Amino acid sequence: MSFDLSILVLAIPLFMFLFLGIVGVKMGKKATGWIGVASMLVTLVICYGIALTYFFQTPLVNGVHQTLIPYNWDWLSFTNKLVVRLGVLIDPISAMMLVVVSTVSFLVHLFSIGYMSDEVGKPEKGFQRYYSFLQLFTFSMLGLVVSTNIFQMFIFFEMVGVSSYLLIGFYYTSPAAIHASKKAFIVTRLADLFFLLGVIVMSYYTGTLDFFKDASHNVMASLLDNPQSTIAACTGSFMGCSAIAWSLTMIFIGGAGKSAMYPLHIWLPDAMEGPTPVSALIHAATMVVAGVFLVARMFPVYVLEPVVMNTILVVGAFTAFYAAAVACVQSDIKRALAFSTISQIAYMMTALAVSTSTTGEGSLGYMASQFHLFTHAMFKALLFLCAGSIIHCIGSNENSEMHGLHKYMPITSICFLIGCLAISGIPPFAGFFSKDEIIVACFHKNVGWGLWMMLVAGMTAFYMFRTYYLIFFWKKHETPAGKHQPHDMPWTMTLPLIILAVVSCVAGFVPAHDLVTANGAPLETHTEWPIAIGSICVALVGIGLATALYYKENGVPTRMKNACLGLWTAAYHRFYMDEFYQFITHKIIFQGICKPIAWFDRHIIDGFMNLLADGTNSLSYSIRKLQGGAVQSYVYVYLMGALAIAVVTMVCILI
Amino acid sequence: MELPLFMYLILSLVMFGCGVYGFITRKNMIAILISIELMLNSVDINFAVFNRYLFPGSIDGMFFALFAIAIAAAETAVALAIVINVYRIAKKVDINQITKLKF
Repeated sequence: MSFDLSILVLAIPLFMFLFLGIVGVKMGKKATGWIGVASMLVTLVICYGIALTYFFQTPLVNGVHQTLIPYNWDWLSFTNKLVVRLGVLIDPISAMMLVVVSTVSFLVHLFSIGYMSDEVGKPEKGFQRYYSFLQLFTFSMLGLVVSTNIFQMFIFFEMVGVSSYLLIGFYYTSPAAIHASKKAFIVTRLADLFFLLGVIVMSYYTGTLDFFKDASHNVMASLLDNPQSTIAACTGSFMGCSAIAWSLTMIFIGGAGKSAMYPLHIWLPDAMEGPTPVSALIHAATMVVAGVFLVARMFPVYVLEPVVMNTILVVGAFTAFYAAAVACVQSDIKRALAFSTISQIAYMMTALAVSTSTTGEGSLGYMASQFHLFTHAMFKALLFLCAGSIIHCIGSNENSEMHGLHKYMPITSICFLIGCLAISGIPPFAGFFSKDEIIVACFHKNVGWGLWMMLVAGMTAFYMFRTYYLIFFWKKHETPAGKHQPHDMPWTMTLPLIILAVVSCVAGFVPAHDLVTANGAPLETHTEWPIAIGSICVALVGIGLATALYYKENGVPTRMKNACLGLWTAAYHRFYMDEFYQFITHKIIFQGICKPIAWFDRHIIDGFMNLLADGTNSLSYSIRKLQGGAVQSYVYVYLMGALAIAVVTMVCILI
Repeated sequence: MELPLFMYLILSLVMFGCGVYGFITRKNMIAILISIELMLNSVDINFAVFNRYLFPGSIDGMFFALFAIAIAAAETAVALAIVINVYRIAKKVDINQITKLKF
């Protein structure tokens, strides 16, 4: 397939966003949905075509996958050097992301036909709006991954934020959804501010925004072709750190906002207020990996700055553990999945951060993170769509209202089980291969980090199976009076589950080390069996523990909870991070800073203006009695005045 | 025989003085209006006379005199309309009793 078609990948979703948003209202709801699905299918086919052509039919030059730039338009030409371009760039990670985004997006489109309809299949209010926003989101995400320069990436980063805001707040009559959408937008926007600052600092010194040189489009300077010179160009320093370290850190903060790294993770659990397929699309598979993708894109520069890499490593490793700990006690199934997402994204960040070079063994982490990004997108979308099926059936997110659904929803149950096995890292499911590479990469960095990540892997297995058992087993399901028995969903909802389950089984065998590597050349990897067996054992311990505690109803979990109630409550409340933010924003910023400023404005500035107005007013009142209404007296006074002036003037002249 | 310039100026001054006196002392609004006309016309005389004596060749002063007469006619029409309306509302034309139009 010709790479000239790559522009269609962006054009189709953008056109469909406008078409469904404007014309869709006039059409039937079902028709709108199916048009959305069909257009997404076309996009999917093109994306697959591009990725397959790129990986398997484009010849390697010196054994390296080439970076292709089929389109690169000058958009804003400020000076000869400062040109903002828009274009399409295809390299290993963007080709892989095209596959990930289009696959998950297509399946979510299909799944939503069922999910966004009621019991008898009648589409919900706002169906067209929903599909239109889904297309917008897909457009933004695809535009992000094919960005040719960091400014285009920033633009699409923002658009991803906007579309996520629109989709989280889809049920705009519910206050919780509105708050969640605002929270997501504000938090990610705050992080994007740092991203923009980082871009400005970096481009100020290097004089370019482009990632790669592109002779056919007259792009002569770039950030990533020669990272040493990029770093050398950044000569400034601030507070003991070089300009490049500052700018890379700020770009990472931008990525951390989107990728929900601690402490900017607070928006993601709340974002579960949106429709569940949206959670699958945005908050599991695509948007949250935007930050990982950003760091991966800038990887050649990052890898030369060990200070920044160590910061990312600490943030990532801590986030992985923190989110896993919180996920262990959540009762809302979507929230548990949300924290597992945070934890897994943190895995990817950690894997990037433990890489020490762009070639050889040091780049294993990079490959592992991209591989995990790919597999995680598949099984996390699967888990979220299963959760969507269950929630659609039960009408609640709380696992206390589920229990024992295995008998009623066997397909969903098996698919969920496959997702759990995949995320826990049990071979031969997808998660094992990618997570094992990550843990190996961590061990290469340092045994401590390796053990740490292995511990988190065990916790992952535990909380995923805890969630699984509490939904599908634990005790017999009690159907509330007046509700029909739960059952598997119509084919539009089960088919995506089955497809994703199959993908989750086989995705691990994708030869990622040949395809997505830091320098484009195939990477020699060999399974390190002691570490692999160790991580399988840890995962099995986690699963075994969960089975022992949650397979059948018993009192042990409650006793454990009561034994360390303080810890349990703290974890259930996410270690009070939200309360902490509330304290910072409301008590310190609003009360401590904004209130005095408001007082100053209201009393000092406004007071001065009011003083002027009141003074003029009272002066006018006091002298208005002079105007008595007798016209002739005015004339008399005027005449006397004129005569007096005349006399004075004459006297002056005569003297 | 030609009258000297100051004779005309005395006439004009007397007319203006009568106008001012009338404006201040008369109570009838129509009479006040007449006084204003008197003042205006005295100024017109000044225009014409100064033009005649100081710049015999030009017509600027004459022109201004004509202009002022036209303006005065328009102004009188407006003023009379106001007076008539005041009379219709208040049933009086005594300036001392019409003092409501203040502040």
